[in-house]
Amino acid sequence: MDLTRLTIEEAAALLAKKEISSVELTGAAVERIRATDTEIHSFLTVTEDVALAQAQAADARRARGETGPLLGVPVGIKDVILTKGIRTTAGSKILEHFVAPYDATVTRKLLDAGAVCVGKTNCDEFAMGSSTENSGFVVTRNPWDRSRVPGGSSGGSAAAIAAAQCQGTLGTDTGGSVRQPAACCGIVGMKPTYGRVSRYGVVAYASSLDQVGPMARTVTGCAHLLAAIAGHDPHDSTSVPRPVPDYVSLLAGSIKGLRVGIPREYFVEGMQADVDQAVRSAVRVLERLGAQVSEVSLPHTEYAVPTYYLIATAEASSNLARYDGIRYGLRLGEQEALLKMYQRTRAGGFGTEVKRRIMLGTYALSAGYYDAYYLKAQKVRTLIRRDFEQVFSTQDVIVTPTAPTTAFRIGEKTSDPLQMYLSDIFTISINLAGLPGLSLPCGFDRNGLPIGLQVVGRPFEEEKVFQAAYAYEQATEWHEKTVDE
Amino acid sequence: MSSYETIIGLEVHAELLTQSKVFCACSTQFGAPPNQNTCPVCLAMPGALPVLNRRVVEFGIRAGLAANCQIASHSRWARKNYFYPDLPKGYQISQYELPLCLNGFIDIEDNGESKRVRLTRIHMEEDTGKNIHDAHGDASLVDFNRCGVPLLEIVSEPEIRSPQEASAYLRKLRAILQYLEICDGNMEEGSFRCDANVSIRPRGSTPLGTKVEIKNMNSFRAVERAIEYEIKRQTEVLGGGGRLVQETRLWDPDRELTRSMRSKESADDYRYFPEPDLLPLLVSDAWIEEVRRHLPELPDARRQRVVREYGLPEYDALVLTLRKDVADYYEAAVRQYRNPKALSNWVMGDLLRIIRERKLDNALVIHDWPVPPERLAAMVELIDSGEISGKIAKAVFDEMVNTGKTAVQIVAEQGLTQISDEGPILNAIDSVIAAHADKVAQYRSGKDKLFGFFVGQVMKATQGKANPQKVNDLLREKLDR
Ligand SMILES: [Zn+2]
Repeated sequence: MDLTRLTIEEAAALLAKKEISSVELTGAAVERIRATDTEIHSFLTVTEDVALAQAQAADARRARGETGPLLGVPVGIKDVILTKGIRTTAGSKILEHFVAPYDATVTRKLLDAGAVCVGKTNCDEFAMGSSTENSGFVVTRNPWDRSRVPGGSSGGSAAAIAAAQCQGTLGTDTGGSVRQPAACCGIVGMKPTYGRVSRYGVVAYASSLDQVGPMARTVTGCAHLLAAIAGHDPHDSTSVPRPVPDYVSLLAGSIKGLRVGIPREYFVEGMQADVDQAVRSAVRVLERLGAQVSEVSLPHTEYAVPTYYLIATAEASSNLARYDGIRYGLRLGEQEALLKMYQRTRAGGFGTEVKRRIMLGTYALSAGYYDAYYLKAQKVRTLIRRDFEQVFSTQDVIVTPTAPTTAFRIGEKTSDPLQMYLSDIFTISINLAGLPGLSLPCGFDRNGLPIGLQVVGRPFEEEKVFQAAYAYEQATEWHEKTVDE
Repeated sequence: MSSYETIIGLEVHAELLTQSKVFCACSTQFGAPPNQNTCPVCLAMPGALPVLNRRVVEFGIRAGLAANCQIASHSRWARKNYFYPDLPKGYQISQYELPLCLNGFIDIEDNGESKRVRLTRIHMEEDTGKNIHDAHGDASLVDFNRCGVPLLEIVSEPEIRSPQEASAYLRKLRAILQYLEICDGNMEEGSFRCDANVSIRPRGSTPLGTKVEIKNMNSFRAVERAIEYEIKRQTEVLGGGGRLVQETRLWDPDRELTRSMRSKESADDYRYFPEPDLLPLLVSDAWIEEVRRHLPELPDARRQRVVREYGLPEYDALVLTLRKDVADYYEAAVRQYRNPKALSNWVMGDLLRIIRERKLDNALVIHDWPVPPERLAAMVELIDSGEISGKIAKAVFDEMVNTGKTAVQIVAEQGLTQISDEGPILNAIDSVIAAHADKVAQYRSGKDKLFGFFVGQVMKATQGKANPQKVNDLLREKLDR
């Protein structure tokens, strides 16, 4: 049996029956990472020793009678999420040697649930990007086609699952950074409702949009992971004190009568034909399962990308001000005057895309432009949110393509930031509206590259999104196809 | 009278006396070793997030109500972005376009005149750390202990017209904050700081002149002197046909002048925007009413009560109530022994002198003052009962301060009890008269002024303990016979 091919739920079942131990499972994952990661580069840091110690601890807990769906299961954590005592770089040279002094709440919760951390996954620097080509260290390759990107910014987390390097991963999603790479890598990724999961200990990109999300081979795996990390955190004022439903037990419900809205604005010109077809046939599957499908309209969709880039960059310009070389991280120009030291440190520590966004955001917030850009964007954001409220007054979920194309070639879009920004065109609105959204495989294009289907729900109705996705997943076989060796 | 009039607006930063910081659980205790009171949140570690301390809002509401403000039911946090080593996040969380308190006023007394100074706003924000520059000039260090300590910024309308009014306003404001027990008002330690915006304009004209901001004033005297200096400087520049520039100037207390810090022409752009890590701040009417119900007696009310209850002159009442600790002390003493005016004289005189000399006038509490109120009261009682003279009392008071003993102890130990018995006084008078027969003759021949000489000699002979009234009476009887 190839332990690395197990889904979270399969691994959990074997662990529960004591047919395998966490030490074996973790050993297989580490072995697999060692064998494949010199090509894929999913991981920035592999924490082999930590993982094996945690695996032994998990086995001991189980021997004492403890149970749990994640107890002893190997996971990877995106390198923008803090892991105490383990290097956390956010994919940036400016934090190259930064060892996190505390655990993010999501890290703490995963470890408390008994998950085993095998390493920190690669990402676009400070989660800014749609391809993981903007990592300050290395470009992650798409396991389906190593000349292509895995998507971004959580590309390392998505590739790690597709390459069977661990059972689950955490990513972060500010404008689609969990769903878009999930689509590119043929796995399942979920962005929960804003406020559902704590952001404490997650390196901030855009505070009002960021949300941690689970990634796994299956919907069930994602449900297990979300169940572990969701919930109110007193350390994050924007996390919401609401009870967390039992996502896994709610998965199996019928979707007969589920009202599914298909927004006409999401089937745009320029979209890859294979993607269009795959999504349309996925919708027919849902219909066959008893869903009531209707076309709906989200009229402000065309403003989502500019609105997103104004708000996200404005917040980023401020969130990244703390990387100044004073307290931690890279410091350059120490012998020079203060201003020079700031300039050297930030010029040398940040990559091009990060600098571009800091400058955009600084401009958008500066005196005289604030009203025209930032404030205007906030108003449009409200309109976008209202579009969704309108649609959700008659629909239970919305279904769209996750991305307009399948994974593109490495280097193909790096020279044209605007082209790159359009990769997230179908996911961005969901962040602006703070809604839960999930991407799952719904087919392959003519090059054999995975295509993603996005399911979006009402705020805090992750369970409905999971139900629709699970019903589709059970009715199809896309998720069973894995990367050939 | 100058042909210019002065326009002063004051911005006060008051550090709040909460146990923990505004956005984390770190202690606010003053004087801890550098960087001890810090955590991931106030050091702005990656991923750290602020969580609002409810007590800070309560203190803000308290201040707002005491200063007659409207309390906003809906206010908001903002980020003020700028780079400085003592500002770890690269922005300061503050309030900007929607502050907690708006449109208040404070009544002040200046030269017996009452005046109302309006407040524009009171808002909450976090303090920054402190840069320490190495004496050799080759390194700078940062202490983040103060980083995240809650502050209130209290902004007055530009309605103050003189350095004296500015000082009276600050004293009143500090008194209010101290009465509310939300700020210790210590200017030297920087927990009560003030920036002044000063401009002048030709008397009778309406547009505001070019405004200069003065910083770095850490005593009431410094505020008065700095504003005085600035008015003089600006008057001279304009009088000489010069032009003023809008700038920030620092008060240099050693040289007693202000000097330019930076020009406002390259004005900072703080790029304020709503803080996305914190929710909008909603304050319910019920909460406001709850705070209002628990407001303590404030300085104005106490002053009026002190006049009413103890029959003190207005001036005494003002001096005694302008600091809560002093007023508390005074009332505690009066409760022990009811001679309000005598106690008022001792508190305003000798006690405050000692407190100032020993720099004990910075804290809110009086428990470490050298003479507890009941001991001062007991001493005044000794004077009133004729046990000691007022003159002896001065010495007894100093001894109380130095030794911590009670007046009764000191009087007994040093034999300072006043001599009121006629016998010993007459004995002393007799020997003085015998020793100065020539002076007696001169006195009796009309040189009245010598009477004081005889009193002095008798007091000397009794080591100052003779009851002066008795000495006077008996001496006159003897000499005029
Ligand atoms: Zn702290």
